[in-house]
Amino acid sequence: MLAAPPEFRPDDTIRSWGRVVRSRHRLARPFFRDQIAALARTLRAEDPGLAVGLLRSYGDSNLNPDGRLIAMGGLDRILEFNRETGLFRAEAGLSLSQCLRVLVPAGWFLPTTPGSRFVTLGGAVANDVHGKNHHSAGSFGNSVIRIALRRTDGAFIELKPDNPLFTATIGGLGLTGIIEWVEFQAEPITSSSLDAQDLPFSNVSDYFELAADHHARFEHTMAWIDCLSSGASLGRGIFSGANWSKQGPLSVHDEAPRYAMPIEAPAGVLNPLTVRAYNQLRYSLKSTNRRPYQAHYGSFLYPLDGIAHWNRLYGRAGFFQYQCVIPAPSAKPATIDLLKRIVRSGEASFLAVLKDFGPIAPRGLLSFPMEGTTLALDFPNRGERTLRLLADLDAIVLSAGGRLYPAKDGRISAEMFQAGFPNWSRFKDLVDPGLSSALWRRVSVPSLPESTP
Amino acid sequence: MTSLATRPRASKRVIILGALSAIAVATARLYAADGARLMLVGRGDIRLKDLAQDLLTRGASLALTVDMDLEQGAKDAPRYLSTWREDLGGIDHVLLFYGALGDDLRAREDMAALQSLLSINFTSAACWCAASGSLLGSQNAGSLVAVSSVAGDRGRQSNFVYGAAKGGLALFVQGLAHALAPTGARAVALKPGFVDTPMTAHLPKSGPLWASPEAIASAVRRAADHGGPIQYAPTIWRSIMLAIRLVPSGLFHKTKL
Repeated sequence: MLAAPPEFRPDDTIRSWGRVVRSRHRLARPFFRDQIAALARTLRAEDPGLAVGLLRSYGDSNLNPDGRLIAMGGLDRILEFNRETGLFRAEAGLSLSQCLRVLVPAGWFLPTTPGSRFVTLGGAVANDVHGKNHHSAGSFGNSVIRIALRRTDGAFIELKPDNPLFTATIGGLGLTGIIEWVEFQAEPITSSSLDAQDLPFSNVSDYFELAADHHARFEHTMAWIDCLSSGASLGRGIFSGANWSKQGPLSVHDEAPRYAMPIEAPAGVLNPLTVRAYNQLRYSLKSTNRRPYQAHYGSFLYPLDGIAHWNRLYGRAGFFQYQCVIPAPSAKPATIDLLKRIVRSGEASFLAVLKDFGPIAPRGLLSFPMEGTTLALDFPNRGERTLRLLADLDAIVLSAGGRLYPAKDGRISAEMFQAGFPNWSRFKDLVDPGLSSALWRRVSVPSLPESTP
Repeated sequence: MTSLATRPRASKRVIILGALSAIAVATARLYAADGARLMLVGRGDIRLKDLAQDLLTRGASLALTVDMDLEQGAKDAPRYLSTWREDLGGIDHVLLFYGALGDDLRAREDMAALQSLLSINFTSAACWCAASGSLLGSQNAGSLVAVSSVAGDRGRQSNFVYGAAKGGLALFVQGLAHALAPTGARAVALKPGFVDTPMTAHLPKSGPLWASPEAIASAVRRAADHGGPIQYAPTIWRSIMLAIRLVPSGLFHKTKL
């Protein structure tokens, strides 16, 4: 066991979080960094691989069907933590959840975090994840100090921000090399709780006013919207803002989820009727109470982590997540167009989130955030019908100068991807030829030239 | 919510034999979170030093490493253990994790491989257990937990070499527990079922009986604190193995278990 690198073994259980794609992989599970070098050297362009973490990406950016995957979860050692300065360095397979167990009692927090703590550090870098504090902290890559990368030619490189490979690796979807460890600067906290407030808005135009008024007041903001309401109530919802409490205990979250979906739900449990009822209830309950409240970070930042396997709610067919960002000038009209199209479809999105990104520029060539508004939605996979709706949404996003989040995507065209990420051709030159993914093969083909006059 | 910073718990002194096994790492992290003093023994200096740093960051007040082949070192177990006791300032627990699944089929044909598999899983482990028992008995306190396996409960065609070694180890530890009873020191053989670790990477992992290393680690820590000389992890395996032992051989021999 000690000398030989772990073998790649057939595995047909690998699913991304959306569970749409069912495919077979060959999977290797290293536990030590010295095994990464040996594994990397076995990867080559004819039979490429991809390092993956906790498989929380929704579409196909973390899949390599009929190819090889390296599951990085066994590399979860903390290599360095300076309790005075907040400098934190750990192996790429360590989950944000485990980072927090060490950071929080010492008075530190992640610089930013997505809505799930079941994400690895490597995944946080490879997707340049963002969170509710984007307008004050930027995305994860903005706090990364160093990245250790293993290329499949055997080279080991410690990347600093001035290295072109650093900017390619931030948001680089794991394609520039295998990330062995990550060093980042944590954020100081004085309490593990946040002082929060929920503010209702009766339609999407009001959201934009509310968000503009309250952004400076809150370090963390996001809004839930009811995307089944229409007419004058189009895009009504609840805006939530929060700041870290000034003082309080530094208590760690509960690791175990409170509830679990033991099996896939029968098809159609999430339908317009049930979602409409849920939305009505949620809006009514929250819109009557504007009193500030205190919430532990575990419930405020990670509400869905309390339910294990919540993705099974969508049944065997799985679901698509759609997350776009629209640049500030066209954000309002484009968001209204998107919501109108969704309402017309009658497709029930159980989770619909609006959030304004701030002006801090991301560092990655393929980083998703840009100053503007991001909208994230879930759609149950109903085949062609769903794909047609999403293609219509793509057209609105494209003409507004926006783009889609690769971590959520499992279907966009090469043209849509390349238009959204104009740096993609620079990125392409820095991709490790021994690495690939289903998403990359789909979006990196030369897109059709514009029709000639 | 649990606050790791404020939970008072005596800082235990723990020797971990086979510290790089997945179950050992998970167990060491449990003790580290309580501020334990740890002696990590295994093979691979850099791997051990990485692990020690990880455990210190997670709260261990001391994490020392010894890069050694535990099979080779077994005959000098008493001497090593008393040195490590001095290094740690005492011993509360000795936890034995190391072992090898090996190639059972090959070991039945290749006598050197057979001897080696028995030596890793039984002979050398018994030496460490005996030496630990003497030491803990002499101080009238502390416990030994040796990781055995449900494979040791009935000889089966698929892995009886490994099973015999692990079953033998459980009997050895059970006897040791009996011998230690008057002293207040304890010994436990812990029998996990299927555990998802590098050792079982080649086996398909469908079904509800697979446990995580973290789940077994909690059972190891519980066993170190209380309970009888033979414990199963998860506990459902006690009933499963009872049923399997009760199947008459006429019927059992028709299976491929």
